[in-house]
Amino acid sequence: MDGRAIPATLPLASMTNNKYSIGSIIRHAFRGHRDWPPAWRTPAPRSSYDVIVIGGGGHGLATAYFLARNHGIRNVAVLERGWIGGGNSGRNTQVVRSNYFYKSSVDFFEHSLRLYERLSDTLNFNLMLSQRGIMTLAHSRHDLEANRRWANAIQLNGVDSEILSRADVKRIEPLINLDARFPVYGGFIQWRGGIVRHDAVNWGLARAASALGVDIVQNCPVSGFEMRDGRITGVATPHGVLRADRFALCVAGHSSVLAAKAGLRLPIVSMGLQAMVTEPVKPMLKTVTLSPAVHVYTSQSDRGEIVIGGGADLYSSYAQRGSLPVIEDNAAAAVELFPAVARLKLMRHWAGIVDISPDTSPIMGKTPVENLYINCGWGTGGFKAIPAGGDTLAYTIANDRPHPLIAPFALDRFERGALIDEGAAAGVAH
Amino acid sequence: MLRIPCPCCGPRDETEFVYGGESHIARPAGAASDRSWTDYLYVRRNVKGIFYERWQHARGCRQWFNVARDNVTHEIRGVYRMDESRPVFDDGGERL
Repeated sequence: MDGRAIPATLPLASMTNNKYSIGSIIRHAFRGHRDWPPAWRTPAPRSSYDVIVIGGGGHGLATAYFLARNHGIRNVAVLERGWIGGGNSGRNTQVVRSNYFYKSSVDFFEHSLRLYERLSDTLNFNLMLSQRGIMTLAHSRHDLEANRRWANAIQLNGVDSEILSRADVKRIEPLINLDARFPVYGGFIQWRGGIVRHDAVNWGLARAASALGVDIVQNCPVSGFEMRDGRITGVATPHGVLRADRFALCVAGHSSVLAAKAGLRLPIVSMGLQAMVTEPVKPMLKTVTLSPAVHVYTSQSDRGEIVIGGGADLYSSYAQRGSLPVIEDNAAAAVELFPAVARLKLMRHWAGIVDISPDTSPIMGKTPVENLYINCGWGTGGFKAIPAGGDTLAYTIANDRPHPLIAPFALDRFERGALIDEGAAAGVAH
Repeated sequence: MLRIPCPCCGPRDETEFVYGGESHIARPAGAASDRSWTDYLYVRRNVKGIFYERWQHARGCRQWFNVARDNVTHEIRGVYRMDESRPVFDDGGERL
């Protein structure tokens, strides 16, 4: 956006006609690429909507998009306190996978991966999905046994996974150091896992949602709720009170802060999760390689940067920056596994505030506040869930009953003792 | 890097400490309802701003103690014993 005034009432047709194609690139080339329209409208918000989605990250945008596309609910606003792609949806490591342990998790995350496999076409936006495989390493005989159990569970749940020997690991990633401080014994791989360009996911969803009539309002923090008889009637914003019938809360690390304003307390703790990239180099890493034992994972982006991530900074934080000991640990583990990266310079590092639930599974669906729906608890792994999170929350809002895929992830599971403990089962890293 | 002032040993790097989560969460007495057990086990205030939390100087004197820390700036506003009540700050400490 370059500051030009964009009419709030830009006809939808003019947006939807801007289909991205080789033809449109050639057409715009003749005009020197000077008049590409903005990818989405920036209207001033109206005073009332059918649904207001709080949070313009991937999950909020996807919720709005699927409300409009699948359920015909187009009178929707997405309120984003900062800018699209400025929060966790721009601070993740773009990994997608569905290699969980329990059936309810596999079903949900596999739905998400399948949606990702088609999303570039449906959004008419190249998300650069690269299903290069995600390889999990074992560093002991016990790791190997746990990996076999995990990989078999994935297969029994109908998802691809393949157990790897030590030699297989070396064949897939020739630069790996099998005789590291904690030697590599083998592992398993989900070949359909991989990476997706995260900015493209945000921009593609925003563009498609906007074209269907969704109002995306940036720089619009929600400071409180107006409530009557246990229902939310409006949200307080810099644009005044905006009213709606139903509200969706998709604000990740800030879920507790906003839920408290609606009188709701959540089983969430917020912590910083860091990641970093090196300077770009020629292609050297094939897969996403994950080592739960030394707590690091690496991949190479399409721009050539080596992306390095690890565990969260394990204390309460809303600071969007992490501390140096964790960076040092992650970098040391990456260098031990791939000694060739030792002399690369770190180019950027950042942190996002992640919303960690007690069982490391998401919290999705209805809440004790009648017309408030929630999407949170993703912890360190929300990016992969964006399409399914949006699809199932939109269904839940439109029908006022939980989508079958997210029924197990309801907020009341903690009171019922029906936890889905992927932290223990699949070693979800927090 | 946090520099945490251990009440026994003075300021040390965060790597010497183990985090104990939110402080002042009371175990329900007697026959508690499912609701109050859920609150005790899982529900957290998780406020943004002044956060009351427990730390242990695990690689030092091994004492547990409470810290009042601004979890946006990481400024440590106070350190107090496990059995002391939380200090209150004039500015309220909560952020949006």
